[in-house]
Amino acid sequence: MSESVALEVFRFLPDDETEPRFETYEISYQDDWVVLDALNHVKAEVDPTLSFRWSCRMGVCGSCGMMVNGEPKLTCEAFVRDYDSDTIKIEPLTHFPVIRDLVINMEDFMTKLPTVTPWVIPKEEKSLDEGEYLQTPAEVAHYKRFSMCINCMLCYSACPVYGLDSTFTGPAALALGQRYNLDSRDGGQQERADVLTSHDGIWECTYIGECTQVCPKDVDPAGAIQMLKLSYAIDWAKSVVMPWGRR
Amino acid sequence: MATQYLRPLPRSWWLRKANYFLFMLRELTSLAVLAYAIFLIVLLWQAADDATFSALFETLHQPWSIAVHLVILTLALIHTGTWIALTPKVVVLWQDDERVDPDLVAGLNGVAWLVVSGLVLWLVLS
Repeated sequence: MSESVALEVFRFLPDDETEPRFETYEISYQDDWVVLDALNHVKAEVDPTLSFRWSCRMGVCGSCGMMVNGEPKLTCEAFVRDYDSDTIKIEPLTHFPVIRDLVINMEDFMTKLPTVTPWVIPKEEKSLDEGEYLQTPAEVAHYKRFSMCINCMLCYSACPVYGLDSTFTGPAALALGQRYNLDSRDGGQQERADVLTSHDGIWECTYIGECTQVCPKDVDPAGAIQMLKLSYAIDWAKSVVMPWGRR
Repeated sequence: MATQYLRPLPRSWWLRKANYFLFMLRELTSLAVLAYAIFLIVLLWQAADDATFSALFETLHQPWSIAVHLVILTLALIHTGTWIALTPKVVVLWQDDERVDPDLVAGLNGVAWLVVSGLVLWLVLS
């Protein structure tokens, strides 16, 4: 079965224009098409100048995040048939500078990501001869949810705090900090504290919760940030009540 | 580097989605809770003077005053509800490798809140 839909697509060509515009493409689509298929059809058959990112087409790479009818979505998971209207509006993810058409500049996130030390800082270094750092399934379960992030930037696009103040470290990076803090092999909670508890870290989050709502991998960044707040607040209280116990 | 385009966030961003609006409502209800806490402190301060306290207490029996209190009670209940809903996000409990149902955590917090509220009510009425 083939039906038609109008794609109202955000266009910005930095070499020719200073302001963006919308261009409408009337296309026929198949019942099993996702929005990304529709965009690929436009690029292949209608307008080869249209630019957008994509790679895996199966919700793994996190490249094809865009605003679809005002909602941050992975376009490879958004079926055209699920949109009731005859027009689907497609824009680049909000809160990020647009490089061209639907392509955003993620440099800000890429700069912030390593600042939360997103890797295991072993409690005790072991030599290779001593073998692996083992974990039980229960220990893995404690952080697994927060480890599923694919860096798609949907959470940043949904977060008004980041939209109002781009110095905010942001949901995905903070959730990843909590992922390693919860890892039984890790001893880096204090090392991450300077960044995570800084002015631009967890305390800037006002818990709107939309980051969790839009996450395609159920990572729950909002939950991770609230857990971090409690954890570091307890650490602070302990340091006040029992200053001799500070590391 | 070529020009990049950054779309500003409109001041009305919180009207764009129900979740954003509910967030703003939650934040504003905290102002009602704060205002009423200040009001109670002032009322207790006035209690030192019997005549002033009696006059103030009479005013509180007026229909408009009861209406205001009902509005504030509603806002306080909304505020409390949002905090109880938040608890499973912060208090993540595990039984072996199974997470304790978040609804159970929120429910237990709700029950604890009802018990404490009931005790306060009993103290006030007795």
